[in-house]
Amino acid sequence: MNLLDPRTFSVAEARRSLDAREITATELTRALLDRISLVEGRLHALLAVTGERALEDAARADEELSAGISKPLLGIPIVLKDIFATKGIRTTCASRILENFVPPYDADSTERLAAAGAILMGKANMDEFAMGSSNENSAYGACRNPWDLDRVPGGSSGGSAVAVAAGEALASLGTDTGGSIRLPAAFTGVSGLKPTYGRVSRYGVIAYASSLDQVGPFAKTAEDLAMVLGVIAGHDPKDSTSAEVAVPDYRAELSGDLKGLKLGLPRQYFEGGISEDVERAVREALEVLRGRGAELVEVDLPHTPYAVATYYLIATAEASSNLGRYDGVRYGHRTAKATNLLEMYRESRVEGFGPEVKRRIILGTYALSAGYYDAYYRKALQARTLIREDFEKAYAHCDAIVTPTAPQTAFRLGEKASDPLSMYLSDVFTNSANLAGIPGLVVPCGFDTKRLPIGLQILAPSFGEATALKIGDAYQQDTAWHQEMADLTGGKN
Amino acid sequence: MDTAPGDPSSQRYGDWEPVIGLEVHAQLLTVSKLFCGCSTSFGAEPNAHTCPVCLGMPGVLPVLNRRAVELSVRTALATGCSLPETAIWSRKNYFYPDLPKGYQVSMYEEPLAVGGHLDVPLEGGTTRVRLTRIHMEEDAGKSIHDPQEAYSRVDLNRAGVPLMEIVSEPDIRSPKEAAEYMRTLRVLLQHIGSCDGNMEEGSMRCDANVSIRKRGTEQLGTRTEIKNMNSFRNIERAVDWEILRQIDLVEDGGSVVQQTRLWDADRERTESMRSKEDAHDYRYFPEPDLPPLRVEPEWIEAIRADLPELPAQRRDRFVRDYSLSAYDAAILTSRRDLGDYYEAAVAAHDNPKSIANWVMGDVQRIVRDRRLDDALVIEEWPVAATTLGNLVMRIDDQTISGKIAKTVFEQMLESGKDADQIIEEQGLRQVTDPGAIAAVVTSVIAAHPDKVEEYRGGKDKLIGFFVGLVMKETQGKANPKAVNEALRAQLAAPE
Repeated sequence: MNLLDPRTFSVAEARRSLDAREITATELTRALLDRISLVEGRLHALLAVTGERALEDAARADEELSAGISKPLLGIPIVLKDIFATKGIRTTCASRILENFVPPYDADSTERLAAAGAILMGKANMDEFAMGSSNENSAYGACRNPWDLDRVPGGSSGGSAVAVAAGEALASLGTDTGGSIRLPAAFTGVSGLKPTYGRVSRYGVIAYASSLDQVGPFAKTAEDLAMVLGVIAGHDPKDSTSAEVAVPDYRAELSGDLKGLKLGLPRQYFEGGISEDVERAVREALEVLRGRGAELVEVDLPHTPYAVATYYLIATAEASSNLGRYDGVRYGHRTAKATNLLEMYRESRVEGFGPEVKRRIILGTYALSAGYYDAYYRKALQARTLIREDFEKAYAHCDAIVTPTAPQTAFRLGEKASDPLSMYLSDVFTNSANLAGIPGLVVPCGFDTKRLPIGLQILAPSFGEATALKIGDAYQQDTAWHQEMADLTGGKN
Repeated sequence: MDTAPGDPSSQRYGDWEPVIGLEVHAQLLTVSKLFCGCSTSFGAEPNAHTCPVCLGMPGVLPVLNRRAVELSVRTALATGCSLPETAIWSRKNYFYPDLPKGYQVSMYEEPLAVGGHLDVPLEGGTTRVRLTRIHMEEDAGKSIHDPQEAYSRVDLNRAGVPLMEIVSEPDIRSPKEAAEYMRTLRVLLQHIGSCDGNMEEGSMRCDANVSIRKRGTEQLGTRTEIKNMNSFRNIERAVDWEILRQIDLVEDGGSVVQQTRLWDADRERTESMRSKEDAHDYRYFPEPDLPPLRVEPEWIEAIRADLPELPAQRRDRFVRDYSLSAYDAAILTSRRDLGDYYEAAVAAHDNPKSIANWVMGDVQRIVRDRRLDDALVIEEWPVAATTLGNLVMRIDDQTISGKIAKTVFEQMLESGKDADQIIEEQGLRQVTDPGAIAAVVTSVIAAHPDKVEEYRGGKDKLIGFFVGLVMKETQGKANPKAVNEALRAQLAAPE
């Protein structure tokens, strides 16, 4: 069983083993389904397991492999955050309001993964409508951190991160609107990438904040992320905001060579509020990168202190509009109590949305209201421009920016649930990348004294995913943090 | 911009001057919707023309219909608007069951086109109405409320259908002008092919902003907005009713309250729909799913180059080149296909005046009789323009008389055959041979000696009696002029 211990498989290793016919896709899929049965009860990373379908897809993948057909992810088991539309498979966005919603269409990413031969194992838990930093806002129950079951995995893509961290899938997709891929990656010790806005199609991804939402992968290694990104990236005519920028061969660019590369350290990300353990791990990581030939330079991102406020105005404003469609008229939850139209709207939404979603709808509605628009929404747009310009100026002096992902490691379930503001501040280092539209990679870079993972964030200029991945991959060639696995079986593996 | 002379409304409102601006929603003549591939055709089963995008399902995204942009730009250029470098799509947020996304995608702070004008012909001159802006937006669906049913029904076939909103400045001064503005706009949009102008099917709808002020003053009064006027007649009546309502109100010491009013065509009155206080806060903000619309200068120029001659220019040219009256020219340019038809007929036979009479008379009459008005596709009209030209040519070259021509025309309609064929097959060729006509005249005179006596005795009117007999003998084919001459010659000289 050792050969098939799915916890140890990276996508790249599985690809090699599948191609060498050392294992079959069916064996791999079965092993992962077994793993899911073993650990899922404690984690709740998945809202749905599509086992039967996965085995059918695996059998088909095996036939194709036997026939010598080559596809980048043929036979690779993955999971999708439950925010991706999956044709014929219930897609809830972790909300009651979509409890029975079965989309008649696939997200573009769903389609591309299927076309590349990936096997869908299930739909991952998340914060309702991707609103949250802990995955506690799921209408179907919180997801837990495999490193400490009393702690959160981070959010909103908590389930997608945990699925990889706990060996339920080799890779997964999440979405990142303000840090929703990077924070969970850091909290659960896996690699995660938020690509440039427009790099991956948003078609079929249930919208939270349309100008910030971006699809991205989780996996154990930067190399795996490169493999998955190569499949999901590219222009989609169905998404008018997707970029017509050529997709490089990300994996081919992982040279390990960082000579001459300048890495910027924004002083604002190392001032106050960050834990000693986090700072120590990040500083050690910087030394590793320097050992690979990178040069470290200080850069200035002066508008960083405004990022969280800016983010929460723009994101909630867009969300208040995006969530208007959940009205009980055409699909989704409709109250049984209403006697007239207004009651139908009100009660359907009162019953269907959780407290954080309601909070953000109200915040965003307020920010866009007549008389407040200029003071809040328009002001936030102006701040956003300044933050974007901060990065443009900084990238004149460096090739990438390296920072901690979050000031702290994973917090306890319930610890911040009653204090939204402290929860929002978990995203203090991640919000800026979404506002600027730039890509951000997170790789594990050590543990705190409680043996909770710490993540290193690498921010690249727009469409500089290859640079970020090259840095992450070089780092992983010299370190083994990404190979560490949480022990979920009490040593009885 | 005074009320046109002869407009009764200038007396009707006494000392008060109405100030009117119109917002016209025109459906762009595209095959598919603004942001998805669904059909825009009218009259399908409810919800037959829907897909995840226009149903507003989770995660779907809009993709802009390029043709809709082109038609809007065409309209902007035809009305002399200028196009800012970018237009910004905005979301107008409100809840209604026929609004699937909970917002309408429109343009708000930065529209597609600004400035521009429409010259509205009125009796006694033309008045220029300035345009504030033209913007694009998507239509909502339709709610159907049947009092017999416990629930309302929603048809989303129209949801996402592309519209342009054409907003005028408050330059209109009478209800009649408002209706004429709408008529002129309709002709223009049909002419350039940006809208079919079908008001019954809702392809063109209009809201009016109405206020009054003392004549000679500049300050605008408080306005009301009237909605739900779907015919020229309704526009005229609704605006008139509203002006009179405001005058009564103010003259009784009250004041006009800013509000939205609905025209009730059955009761012929406007009713308050909502006041300013209840006005929606639409929370407009830039639509993040669509990049700003940049219509490249090269594309604008290509669209400009493709613009046909506009109705006003064509009208002037018809007057100038074909010596038509302004009235005739206006009728012939009221539809692009009608004008094209007319010009093709004139090209086949150079008698513009006579052909104009045929087109405005018999052709239009038949179109009306057969209720073809808005369905008339001139290409499918059984009498091709060149055929009509040939028919008139046969009158002019005296092959047939004008009277026979009417018969030939009727048969052309029935059979689709051309004039010459019908003339030949039925032997309708006019008899002009003096010998043949003289022979018939001789026999007619010989058969009625008494009448000949009376004629020669001074009863000139009897000439008509003889002409009738000759025409009867020749089955109407004799050239009336030649018959007249032969009769007078033979009757004048006793044998």
